Amino acid sequence: MNLMFRSRWWSFGFRSTIMLYFVVLIVLPIIGVYTHSFSLGWEPFWYSVSDPLAWKAVLLTIRLAVIATLINVFIGTMIAWVLIRYRFFGRRFLNSLVDLPFALPTAVGGLMILLLLGPNSWIGELSERLGFEIVFHEPAIVIAMLFVTFPFVIRAVQPLLEEMDQSEEEAAYTLGASKAKTFFQVIFPTILPGILSGAMLAFSRGLAEFGAVVLVAGNIPGKTLIASVYIFGEVESGNPQGAAAVSVLLLTFSFLILWTVNVIQSRRAGK
Amino acid sequence: MKKLWISLTYLVFIVLLIIPLIRIFSGSWAEGWEGFVEALTRPQSLHALWMTTIIVVSVTLLNTIFGVMLALYLVRATWLGKRLKQLLNSLVDLPFAVSPVIGGLMIVLILGPNTIMGVFFEDIGFKVVYALPGMILATLFVTFPLMVREVMPVLQEIGTQQEEAASTLGAYSWYTFWKVTWPSIRWGVIYGVVLTVARSMGEFGAVLVVSGNIMNKTQTATTLVYQDVENFNVLAANSVALVLAAVSVGLLLLMEWAKKRKGH
Repeated sequence: MNLMFRSRWWSFGFRSTIMLYFVVLIVLPIIGVYTHSFSLGWEPFWYSVSDPLAWKAVLLTIRLAVIATLINVFIGTMIAWVLIRYRFFGRRFLNSLVDLPFALPTAVGGLMILLLLGPNSWIGELSERLGFEIVFHEPAIVIAMLFVTFPFVIRAVQPLLEEMDQSEEEAAYTLGASKAKTFFQVIFPTILPGILSGAMLAFSRGLAEFGAVVLVAGNIPGKTLIASVYIFGEVESGNPQGAAAVSVLLLTFSFLILWTVNVIQSRRAGK
Repeated sequence: MKKLWISLTYLVFIVLLIIPLIRIFSGSWAEGWEGFVEALTRPQSLHALWMTTIIVVSVTLLNTIFGVMLALYLVRATWLGKRLKQLLNSLVDLPFAVSPVIGGLMIVLILGPNTIMGVFFEDIGFKVVYALPGMILATLFVTFPLMVREVMPVLQEIGTQQEEAASTLGAYSWYTFWKVTWPSIRWGVIYGVVLTVARSMGEFGAVLVVSGNIMNKTQTATTLVYQDVENFNVLAANSVALVLAAVSVGLLLLMEWAKKRKGH
């Protein structure tokens, strides 16, 4: 056994297998989508992308993902702060519960929202009587995105708060700075990279979300049809080229975000 | 002030996570124990749960082996140039940025029934898309970064000293791996396994596109939940969802446990 692994041919074969697996599984499919979207030339690509339903779906997705991300930045920073800085009953329980959206299938998450806020629940009835609707409308999509992306900001901010040097904060207090001023001038700049990279990850996950949204969105074209559901619809109706064209839009956008996160993180590591 | 923040935190957790979770658990009992059992023992439920199990096991196995090896190469290998390593390293994260639906679409585009490769595989009697292999491929793609990303930081942290010492003392590479590297990355790998199991069990978008969601054939637990909801059979959806949610909570506990061990 040992001799086998030491021999040059073995290690060469081993290395090639791993690299081949990586390239075939990850790189090849992505190249495939880009080439397919232009497979019939530039014009069909432009035709698919300029379909009003297509770009409306993309714009809606971006808008709702931005809203969900902003909400996440606020509650995420708050929760990270509370979980790290305060000691209270149930802290450890809440801290483990943060990861629940990662562990739970997204379709189950969507079903939860549907059951809680749907037309047969009392919240659904109440809101309908008040004249605004949640499920099958935009609010439900934002809630679904919020649920799925909940852990990102918290998990990105927590380590920064933990390793932060508290003496700076104390120095600010002793020099007479108010609590709010200390927060914005001392603490906030330290955790900002965490908030940013967490927000970027949450945003790109929100853009990509499908399972939780498809169950609660109602998927009315031009109104509550988000990009990933639009792509699914195109595949189902036998138009893979159109699906690929819209995918390319969304993919390019997500890659830019991912790249930004990497830049932020490498800058932090380089410090 | 402190009390206010703590109560706000509790409020968010209760509204966003705890109430929905309780609702899933209580919703399955709307028609008592019998309704729950009946929904769960439908042939399509049993079949779907079985498909999910097959996918979870095979994906976790493959991704663990290849993920650990790739992490080792990306951190340690001297035969890869520094630039190339950086490039590969950033490619690992790609599946995180790709919507699962697009992940499924990619496989349909490359291996679908109308493509060269799809036709080739079908000729030799191996159906990929709208069959189990495609579903496994889609799930492999989606879960690929999880293991690599868990193991890489641990490898970077422990450094090469011990391994070098072992090999200068004459230990073979395979032996060095088991005796020196493995004990230090063990908990990272276990954590990665738990994450991969959770993600592959819950994968929905990619599998839905690739599988075609054919009942009793290519339907998984999550796509069955989707179909039941679409058919307004909420009680049945709820019962399957309850099984998934219970497993997720179990996985969450495992995650906590592995995280604690990893920290030591």
